[in-house]
Amino acid sequence: MTDSQWPLWEVFTQGDHGEPFEHAGSVHAVDGEQAMQNARDVYARRGEAIHLWVVPAAAIVASAPSDAGPFFDPGNDKPYRHPQFYKAPKGVKVF
Amino acid sequence: MMPNPPELASGASAEAARDVAREAAFDARIAAGESIEPKDWMPERYRKQLIRMMSQHAHSEVVGMLPEGNWITRAPSLRRKMSLIAKVQDEGGHGLYIYCGTETLGVDRHDLVEQLLNGTAKYSSIFNYPTLSWADMGVIGWLVDGAAIVNQTILAKTSYGPYARAMIRICKEENFHKRQGYEIVATLAKGTPAQRAMVQDSVNRFWWPSLMMFGPSDTNSPNSGELRRWKVKRKTNDELRQRFVNLTIPQVQAVGLTVPDPDLAYNATTEDWEFGAIDWAEFNEVVRGNGPCNRERIAARRAAHDNGQWVRAAATAHAEKQAQNKTEAA
Amino acid sequence: MFEFLVRLGDDRLVIGHRMAEWCGHGPILEEDIALANIALDYTGQASALLALAGDMEGKGRSDDALAYFRDETQFRNALITELPIGDFGFTIVRQFLFDCHSVLLWEALAACGHATLAGIAAKAIKEDTYHLRHSSEWMRKLGDGTAESHARVQASLDTLWRYTGELFEHDAVDDAVAALGIVVPHDTRAARWRSLVDGVLREATLVVPASPGPMVTGGRRGRHTEHLGHMLAEMQIVARSHPGASW
Repeated sequence: MTDSQWPLWEVFTQGDHGEPFEHAGSVHAVDGEQAMQNARDVYARRGEAIHLWVVPAAAIVASAPSDAGPFFDPGNDKPYRHPQFYKAPKGVKVF
Repeated sequence: MMPNPPELASGASAEAARDVAREAAFDARIAAGESIEPKDWMPERYRKQLIRMMSQHAHSEVVGMLPEGNWITRAPSLRRKMSLIAKVQDEGGHGLYIYCGTETLGVDRHDLVEQLLNGTAKYSSIFNYPTLSWADMGVIGWLVDGAAIVNQTILAKTSYGPYARAMIRICKEENFHKRQGYEIVATLAKGTPAQRAMVQDSVNRFWWPSLMMFGPSDTNSPNSGELRRWKVKRKTNDELRQRFVNLTIPQVQAVGLTVPDPDLAYNATTEDWEFGAIDWAEFNEVVRGNGPCNRERIAARRAAHDNGQWVRAAATAHAEKQAQNKTEAA
Repeated sequence: MFEFLVRLGDDRLVIGHRMAEWCGHGPILEEDIALANIALDYTGQASALLALAGDMEGKGRSDDALAYFRDETQFRNALITELPIGDFGFTIVRQFLFDCHSVLLWEALAACGHATLAGIAAKAIKEDTYHLRHSSEWMRKLGDGTAESHARVQASLDTLWRYTGELFEHDAVDDAVAALGIVVPHDTRAARWRSLVDGVLREATLVVPASPGPMVTGGRRGRHTEHLGHMLAEMQIVARSHPGASW
């Protein structure tokens, strides 16, 4: 039998209640349970996580570098989406 | 994945011209201090150099488990035993982080491990020295991890994103290694005469190999120029070595030990601790595979890999059966 | 009470030591890290239990004194914990059989009348619940993996089965601690252990050996296998070579 490589899984950890899940790294595992256990053993040794997600690396769809212009630049010139765009009368406390 | 927009020009010359333009854009990004991410275009040399450097680094972590693992079963107290297990385990974890980072460059960990086992990949020369006493657990943590931290603090700012992120995680974890090492050294240094002799002997054996960990001198480092230009390496080997010596000598003095270098002297003008000549012939021999433990280290990794083959195969077979059952049930 | 705690502590000291021997030699890097976590948990439990034993004894012996300065006949661990690690399958089967036992034991002790021990149990039960999840998963993978893996772990199970009876023996030490509010119901625990084990073995397509022979026992009285002496010789060499030294 050839020694095939186990599939790659991406690991996301939530550090504390209410915090977003962040990418921590990856592990190799043959199934979800093993990926979860490996993620726990590798990325939560120091109490870094209270929740874990594991995702087959192959299931992640990523934007391509060539997408960067069309995808993200248009979001950079719309100042009216930010509160600083709007002026409030002097002396009034607006939220 | 999103399809690329249709290409406007075709043909070899257009391809070459595009490469030149891409490389210029890449260089500009590096110059601007941007980090390079896995799917970004990068020159083939950059990718190759990173794979070489990162896999060497990962191999070093994994081989580095062996010399310290050698003393886990003999650790003289339960507290020391637990710290040592945790430390060796961290090294495995660090190897894993860096392998994962390397995999983002389009190589498989399986292939990288194969290169280590068949002797075509290098790893840090320090791990080819034997661990001969308990004091070595202190001295390795202090000097070897200390040297690694000097290196890795700089690598945390390296231009390749996944490598830099792995380094940040590793640096955080490694601070405990150095401190536990120095604590062992300090304890032995104020212990019984036998303990003091043990720790001095260990420093005598590991001092020069630790200095060699920074790699060849700048005048003789074939990859340095390119790696610096791409901001993969941000300081030269000699700069880092000097920094390490300057940091370490006061620590040596604080616990009343000495280093085996009659030429060591403080230069008040440069504020550097100047040290004697490194035996590069020894370094080259160890790198070439002729160090005291090269063969044992690779044999141990090979045995672990071979003995684990049936385990990995079983897990794969089990997962296939489970997937099959699921499909049939559906 | 001292004797009771030393049994608990020695089991975990010894199995933790065996597990730590895997460090750097596991079948895959992820597993190296997992096995080290288990070794750390058991060694930590041992340290807490032996420290408590030393306190109860009142002769000033620390956890280290008990771990490093007793001879093999003074060790009270069950024999199953001291057997050499064998292949990865052997280690997993041993771990699985022991984990099932340990989780049930902590369940009983977490509710016992001794506050410090109940505290140790409450922490340990979380650790061992995870260990059991880890070892059970490997039992399924190795048992129902390839023909080779199945044959290997079945052979390990056949060998190890004879050492499981000792985990449920009841003697005067149990009677003595019962007076202190520490009750470990060995009979019902053995039955629950068996049903836990059977459940996983079924999924793993493994079977309990039909004629395993009589149960092997003796560890609780200091009658060990030949393996423990070698293990202790290695474990204690540095500490004993420098009596009185600090580390």
